[in-house]
Amino acid sequence: MFSSEQSCWFIRKVICWRAAASIAWAVLLLPPSTAIFVFLSKFSVLHPIQTISECFSMLTSATAIFSFILLCGVIIMVGFLNFEYYTVIPTIACSKIALFGQLLHPRQLVNSLVHCIMGMIVAWCSAVTIGFRYETLGHPCAQTDGYHQMCLNEYHLILLLGGAFVGFSHSLLGVIHNMNYVSFHTVQQYKYLRFKGCLPLVVRCSATQALYSVRNFIVVYYFLGNSAHPLDSIAGLLDLSLLYHLWISATFLLFTWYIMLLLFRIFLTEGYSFPVQSSFTEDADHCLPKVLTEKQPMLLKFLALQDLALLSQHSPLRRCEVFSLSQPGGHPHNWNAISKECLSLLADLTQRLVAYHDTVATNGRAKSLSSGKDFMSPRPTAFMKTPASVFARSIAGGQQSPLTAPFTPDLDSPFMSPALRRLAAPVEQGSPWYGTVQSPHIMRRVPKLWSFRSYNCNKMQSSSQALFADSQAHIWALEGLSYLVQASFSEDQFGVVQTTLPSILSCMLVLQEAVDRHFKLPHASSKPVRSTSSMGDSTYKTLRFALRATLKTAIYRITTTFGDHLNAVQLSAEHQKRLQQFLEYKE
Amino acid sequence: MCSLALFPPPLPYGQTTVCESNNELLSGSSTEDQLKQDFSPPSLSFPRESLKLHSRTENSSKAAFLDHSETLWMRSAAAWRDGGLTGLLNEITNSHPHVPKWLSMSSGCILALLRWVSSFHGSLFPHLTLSSEDMIAEFSQVLNWSDCVVRAFAWHPHTDKFAVALLDDSIKIYNPKSATTPTLKHRLQRNVAVVQWKPLCASALAVGCQNCLLVWHVDPCSLSTRPSAGCAHVLSHPGHAPVTSIAWSPSGSLLLSASPMDTAMMVWDVAAESCVPLQRVGGGGVTFLSWSPDGSHVLASTPSALFRVWETRMWTCERWPCIKGRCQSGCWSPDGSRLLFTVQGETVIYALTFTNTPAVPSGTSKGPHAAVVVADLSETTFNTPDGDIVVGGEIQSLAWDPRGERLAVLLKGDPRAADRSPIIAVFKTRVRPIFELLPCGFVQGEPGAEPRLMQFHPNFRHGALLTVCWSSGRITHVPFYFLSASIPRLGPSGSPTLPHVQERPADFANQSLFTELIS
Repeated sequence: MFSSEQSCWFIRKVICWRAAASIAWAVLLLPPSTAIFVFLSKFSVLHPIQTISECFSMLTSATAIFSFILLCGVIIMVGFLNFEYYTVIPTIACSKIALFGQLLHPRQLVNSLVHCIMGMIVAWCSAVTIGFRYETLGHPCAQTDGYHQMCLNEYHLILLLGGAFVGFSHSLLGVIHNMNYVSFHTVQQYKYLRFKGCLPLVVRCSATQALYSVRNFIVVYYFLGNSAHPLDSIAGLLDLSLLYHLWISATFLLFTWYIMLLLFRIFLTEGYSFPVQSSFTEDADHCLPKVLTEKQPMLLKFLALQDLALLSQHSPLRRCEVFSLSQPGGHPHNWNAISKECLSLLADLTQRLVAYHDTVATNGRAKSLSSGKDFMSPRPTAFMKTPASVFARSIAGGQQSPLTAPFTPDLDSPFMSPALRRLAAPVEQGSPWYGTVQSPHIMRRVPKLWSFRSYNCNKMQSSSQALFADSQAHIWALEGLSYLVQASFSEDQFGVVQTTLPSILSCMLVLQEAVDRHFKLPHASSKPVRSTSSMGDSTYKTLRFALRATLKTAIYRITTTFGDHLNAVQLSAEHQKRLQQFLEYKE
Repeated sequence: MCSLALFPPPLPYGQTTVCESNNELLSGSSTEDQLKQDFSPPSLSFPRESLKLHSRTENSSKAAFLDHSETLWMRSAAAWRDGGLTGLLNEITNSHPHVPKWLSMSSGCILALLRWVSSFHGSLFPHLTLSSEDMIAEFSQVLNWSDCVVRAFAWHPHTDKFAVALLDDSIKIYNPKSATTPTLKHRLQRNVAVVQWKPLCASALAVGCQNCLLVWHVDPCSLSTRPSAGCAHVLSHPGHAPVTSIAWSPSGSLLLSASPMDTAMMVWDVAAESCVPLQRVGGGGVTFLSWSPDGSHVLASTPSALFRVWETRMWTCERWPCIKGRCQSGCWSPDGSRLLFTVQGETVIYALTFTNTPAVPSGTSKGPHAAVVVADLSETTFNTPDGDIVVGGEIQSLAWDPRGERLAVLLKGDPRAADRSPIIAVFKTRVRPIFELLPCGFVQGEPGAEPRLMQFHPNFRHGALLTVCWSSGRITHVPFYFLSASIPRLGPSGSPTLPHVQERPADFANQSLFTELIS
C-alpha cells in the first residue's frame, strides 16, 4: 500500500515527465526530418531548382499541414507505446517456441495491429507528400463507352500496404531483438551529446532496415497479389522510381520511430540524484536508503542503484552522509540500509546461480559437465536448502519479486521452454522431461542427436543470459559497495563500515565462487555474436561477462585498499585462503 | 624556472648511471657495479640478431600467385571486403574487358574524385597520408619506434611483473617470482604501439596495434609459455586503426583507445566488448592519451596544434589550442591536480593546474586559464674532460614517478650531430604544498646506447625506479633511493607509508628554482 504510493510519486513526478519530454523533442524534430524527406523524395538531378520550388510549395500546402498533424499524432502514439512496453530487464526467450509464444501473446498482437495502422497512416502522409502518381487511391480511367469511372490507383495502394508491412515487421522485430529493453550506459554523457553520438547509427539502421523490409514486402506482394494488376509482375515491380519511393518512405517511417525510441531511452536512463538523507520526515521516503529497497517500479530501483554507484565513485560529500550517524541515537542507519540491500541483491544472485547449477547438474546433462557432483560437497548448507525454489518463487510471485521477471513471460505463455519449466518446478524423478536426453531413441540417431545438442546448447546459452538478465543491478551494487568500502579507509570517521566488512567480503567471495563455477558450464563462456546495425540493444547478452569482471575488480579494489589489514577481519578459513590469492594477485 | 644549466654535467664517456643515493646520482663503469638490494628486477637484453624478423605484408602475397580466374562478382566481393569502397572501384576500373565500358569509366571517375577529395583532406591533416607504420612511429612515445627492438613496455600496476613488446610482434611477460615467461603471439598482433596492464586485475593486458586492440588474459598461475589466441579478445571498430595510444581508467572499469585516423576516442567496456565513441571533429584524430591517477581527467592530444582535457564524469572536454605544434607528451601528478606537457617544436615543459571542486554535484571542475612554463630545456653546452657536450632540445616523452618526486624527461637529441645524442634528464619534484622543480641529473647508459623508452615502476618501496629501454635492446632499471616527503598515500601494500622528516637538498638552496607563487 505504502510502496505503491511511493512509486506513484516517482512515476508521477519523474518518469512521466521524462517520457513527455522525450515525446516533445521527437515532435520538435519532426519538421526538419519531414523537410529532408520531402526534399529527397522529390529530388531530381535534372531539375534541381524546380525540386526546391516544388518542395517549398509542398511544405506550405494545406494537405502537408494536415498530414504533419497526423504524423505528430503517430509520434505521440509511438511514444506512448514505448512508455507502455518498456522494460529495464529484457525478456529472453529461451527457445524458438517460446519466442513464437511471445509473438502470439494477445498484448503483442494488439501492439502489432496498432503498428500496422500507424504504418499505414505514415505511408498515406508520405504518398500525399510525394504527390505525382501516388497521390490518391482512386483515379479516373477512361472507358470505351464514353463516361468516366474511378479505378484503383495501385501505386497509392502499394505505398499504403508497404507502410503497413513495415510497421508490422517493426513490431515483430521489436520482440525478436528486444527493442523495448532499455539499457544503461557505462559512460555518463549529457543528453544532447548522447543523442548526437547515436544519430548516425539511427540513420544507418533505419536505411538498412527499410531496405530489408521493402525487399520482403515486394516478395510478399508479388506472391499474394492479384495478377490482374499491372504492378503485380516482375517487370512492374522492378520500377526503380517506385522502389526508391517505397524505400525512402519506409526509411522516413522507421527513422521517426527510431528517433522516438532513442530519445525515450536517453531521457529515461538519465541519472537521477536521490538525497541520501533528509531533515524533513515527509521527504524520508524519497531518500536513497529507502528507495533502494523498493521493488516497484523496477526503473526506480535501477536508477537508485545507478545513483549509488555514481555517488560512491564521484562525490565525497554524499559519501560522508552515507557514513554519518543518526543524530539522536548515533546509529549508522544509512550505511546499514544501503549495505543490507546490496548484500541481499548479491546473495539473491548467488542463490540463483547455485540453484541453476544444481538443476543443470542433476538432470541428464550432468554426464557431459565437468565434475558436476564435486561442487556440491563444499557448499555451505544454508544455500543447499532450496535448489529450485528460487525459480518456483519467481513464478508464484512474479509481481512481488520483479528481479526474477525475465522468467515470468515464458512461464505464463503456453509455449514456455521445457528447460525453464524444469528450472521452475522442483525436479522430480517422474517428470516426463527427466532423463529424456539419455533415452536410447535419440542416442541411436547420431545426426539427430547433434542437432538436438546444438539446439539444446543454444537454449542453455539463452537460459544463462536469462539468469543474468537483471545483472546491471548487481554490477551497480558491487561497484557501489566496493567504492564505499575503499573510501571508508580514509573517510569513515566512526568506523561504521568495519562492522559489515566481513559480511561484504564473504558475500563477494561466495558469489565469486558461484560465478566461477557457472562459467565452467560449457555454454556459459561462449561469446554471443554481436549485431551492430540494429536498434535493438544487445547489452543483456554480455551482462554475465561484465558482472564477472566487475566482481573481480570489486574484490581487488577492497584488497588493494586494505592490504594486510584484511588478515584481521573475521572470515572462515576457506575465505581467508581465497582472499590471500587476491592479495597476492593470483586470481 | 629550472633550466639545464643548473644540472650537474653528464658523465664522462664509458660511465653508466647506476642509482641515486643520498641525493646524488652514482655512476659506475659497468653494470656489475649495481648496488645489492632486496628487490632487483631482471635486467634483460634483446639483441637484434636473436629476433626472427619477418618481412611479410598481407597484400604482397597476392602478386605471387597466378592470374585468378574468379568471376567478377567474386572479385568485387573480395575487393569490397579487403579494401572497402575504393578497393571495389579499383577492381571494377581495372577489369574492363569484363564489365561494360560505361561502368568502368564511371567508377574510374568516382575513384579519381575520391582521391581528389582525400588529397584535399590530407592537405588539411597531413598525417592522414602516412602509412600505418609511419603513423605509429610518428606519434609513438617511443623514440625512433620503427627501429626499436623493444617497442613497448609496461609494468604491472600492483606486482613486479612487466610486459615487453618486441620488434618481432611478440610480447613477453616477465615475473621475478615465476620461472615461466609467457610469450603472446596473435595473428592480428602486428606493429605493437603500446601495451598496458589493467588496474585492479591480475591478468588483463591491453595491446594497441596496427589494426585493432587486443586484450589478453594471462593467467598468473598458468604454467603455459604460449597462451593460445583464445586468451585474447579482439576489440576493433571500423576506421579506428592504427591504435597509437591506450589508457585504462585507474578504477579498471574502462579502456580508452585513440587512433590518429579517427576523430573519435573510444571508451571500451572490455567485458561487454562494446564501445562508445566520443567524437570531436577538430584536430583530425587522437594521438596520445593519459589518464590522471585519480581518474578525474584524461589528456587527449591531436595531430594538430590542439589538445583536449576530458573530465571523466560526464565526458565533456576543454580545448587547449597550442601555438606552435601538437602536444607531444604529457603526464599527471599523482593527485591529478597538475598536468605537465610538452609541445612539438618547443623545448619547454608546461604545467596546467586543475582544482577539483568535489562539492559541486555536477562534477564540473574549474580549469586553469593558461599554461605556465615550468622548465626550459633548450640546448646547453657542458664543458667536460671529454670535450664540450651539448644537451637539450625537443622532448620525446615525460614520465612522473607515482609518488610525484622524480620527473624523467627523454630528450630527442639530434640524429645528425654526433655530440647530441638522446639523453634522459631527471628532475626532483614536489607537488605539495607548492609545486617545485629541482634539477637531479642525467641518466646515461652504456657507450653507444641511446634511451628509447622509459617508465617508472608503479610501486617501488624505497623511492622511485626508472626502467629504461635502450637502443641496444637492453632494459635496465635505475633506482632512485630517497625518503618520501609527500603526504602519506596508499602504498602498494595498502598501508599508508609513515611520514618522514623532509630532507632539504642543501646543494640547490642557492640556485634559482621553479617555485609556484601562492596567490
